Amino acid sequence: MSPPSLTLTDVTKSFGPTEIIRGVNLNVAAGERHALIGPNGAGKTTLFNLISGRFSITSGEIRLDDARLDGLPPHRINRLGLSRSFQITSIFHRLSVFENIRCSLLWSRGYHYSFWHALGRQRALNEETERLLEELNLSERGDVQAGLLSYAEQRALEIGMTIAGGASMILLDEPTAGMSHSETEYAVALIRRVTQGKTLVMVEHDMRVVFDLADTITVLVYGRIIASGPPAEIRANRAVQEAYLGALAE
Amino acid sequence: MSDAVEVRAAPARIATARTVHYWPWLAALLISVVLPWLFYDWQHARHAGFVVSVLSQTGMMIIFALSFNMLMGQAGLLSFCHSVLFGLAGYSTAHFLNAAGNGDLPVPMELMPLLAGLTGLGFGAVFGYVATKQRSTAFAMITLGIVQLVTTAATMFHHFFGGEGGVSTDRMIGRSLFGLNYAHSIEVYYLIVAWMLIAAIGMYYHTSTPLGRMANACRDNHERAQFVGYDPRMVRFVQFALSGFYAGIAGGLFAITYEIVTFDAVAAPLAANALLMAYIGGATTFFGPVLGAILITLMQSGVSLMSNSWLVYVGVLFIAMVTFAPAGLTGIVLEHAPIARAGLLRRLTRPYARVLTPGAVVLIGFIGIVELLSFLTIGMAQGKRFALFGRTIDIYSATPWLFSLVCLFGGGFWLSRESRRFKRVWDSLTEIARHGGTR
Repeated sequence: MSPPSLTLTDVTKSFGPTEIIRGVNLNVAAGERHALIGPNGAGKTTLFNLISGRFSITSGEIRLDDARLDGLPPHRINRLGLSRSFQITSIFHRLSVFENIRCSLLWSRGYHYSFWHALGRQRALNEETERLLEELNLSERGDVQAGLLSYAEQRALEIGMTIAGGASMILLDEPTAGMSHSETEYAVALIRRVTQGKTLVMVEHDMRVVFDLADTITVLVYGRIIASGPPAEIRANRAVQEAYLGALAE
Repeated sequence: MSDAVEVRAAPARIATARTVHYWPWLAALLISVVLPWLFYDWQHARHAGFVVSVLSQTGMMIIFALSFNMLMGQAGLLSFCHSVLFGLAGYSTAHFLNAAGNGDLPVPMELMPLLAGLTGLGFGAVFGYVATKQRSTAFAMITLGIVQLVTTAATMFHHFFGGEGGVSTDRMIGRSLFGLNYAHSIEVYYLIVAWMLIAAIGMYYHTSTPLGRMANACRDNHERAQFVGYDPRMVRFVQFALSGFYAGIAGGLFAITYEIVTFDAVAAPLAANALLMAYIGGATTFFGPVLGAILITLMQSGVSLMSNSWLVYVGVLFIAMVTFAPAGLTGIVLEHAPIARAGLLRRLTRPYARVLTPGAVVLIGFIGIVELLSFLTIGMAQGKRFALFGRTIDIYSATPWLFSLVCLFGGGFWLSRESRRFKRVWDSLTEIARHGGTR
């Protein structure tokens, strides 16, 4: 099964009279790693919220391959194979790390709203959970309450919960924000590993991560895309240098 | 390290631990069966009626409190209309019993609670459909509306609710799987015990199912639940309906036990009772509400015999728990676990003695004031006299008042000093326990 593509056509979003996203056309090709960059307040996270169904769009169209996403509630979008992470860690903080991952697996493994399966006896499900924990390097922490994990561990868990359901379109919102140098390196390796064979869109501020990981970079400034292309091209782009790097330099 | 982890692994990762502990269930069964016989009157060869009735009430309240906690503790939903599910199933059961008595309904007595449960499930689905459209505060508001609506309806629609007098019935329907006629309350008690265990095991099993776990997940973070593919509204709905099933069983047992159901059974105070039980026992653990149900029922039936002001004590206990121990009694016990594991529990005995002594003094002072006040007003009207250990206390002399006030305020001052000391000891012990745990 080949990974899906994502197409945004003339997407706008207004909060009251304020237009935050002002006509975005974006094409994320199947299987690519796509980075979304731009100064603070450019609307990157808002765009993620629109794609993942957290907010509804004001006008335009969003498609995952041929399936139309706009207008669907978040859980329906997730079931179509699009999964996202959050900039501010969003986990089930009173459940154990193990349960967090297992809960993220449940729907895609067909358990749905079952109140007759005993989770303890679902061997395949539990082994899958353990395998994922190992991949996230969280095996030792499986029984710890998720809210008690260190920040970097919570970020790893967040990524784990995002990919657990087997979605082939992954949206990561600033996965390395607030991490130390070594933690970032570890996170990048983790992201590379777990998104193998999937389509990835990520919002990221750390330019080393962006240029290291991305096949395509899109620059969003004040709700509009000002450039989109391979890293080398974006690096050389005058408009980007002015709008984005200039804003960074301030 | 491995030891500490193992202990914590047991509840959290039921997945890997294959051993299921049967002994608490067997112990509960044994205690429930033996308890009435401890109060048996061998001289007249009969059971103590009061004890059996208190035990029966406790049994159905355990089911009710546990089912309430399926919503509050496990799904983070504060429902004020849980009494509606209990009461409507109770009314229905009264009608079922009447129909069975007439020979129109061929259901044996032992399966009546199941029928009541299914009724509760049905009402749970109807009211749940409305209430679970929202969560948190809005959900609580809707359930408050539902309980008022149904309570009002109970006085209006006489056909089903029987008006002020309620619906009476007769449990001797002459149909039983075991040839029992349920003329004696002890037979009903054992019926309650059987269904209490079935219901408790069912609800315990539910906590380990995908839906039960997703209810926890939605409680913690309903938004994230959406982004792993679940519709939190659907999770709330199914959880609500299922809790209605168990509340219905409790309501059915209520109708069977008392043979009359009035609108008290649907009204809000009963739902508030469930809240008290779950909260005081501990809503964060599965078994907390069991403890709360036992305690509150004992207070209701025991303390109310001794004092007019028993509701004051329940209220103060509730406020004290919410303020100082939001995880309830089981929460207090569980907080000792790390210290116990580190083998430091004995070092708490002296500090406990030092803090409980002034605590008892404050309690005596408080009870003294409340009782004196109550005897000055209600007690007088009822012509009661204030007696302690067989001696009458003169409520018009200054001595008891002064004594109580000194106990209350002096003890309070003493308690605040000791509790600060206690906290220091506690903190240092938990610190040692934590370092011992990661050694």
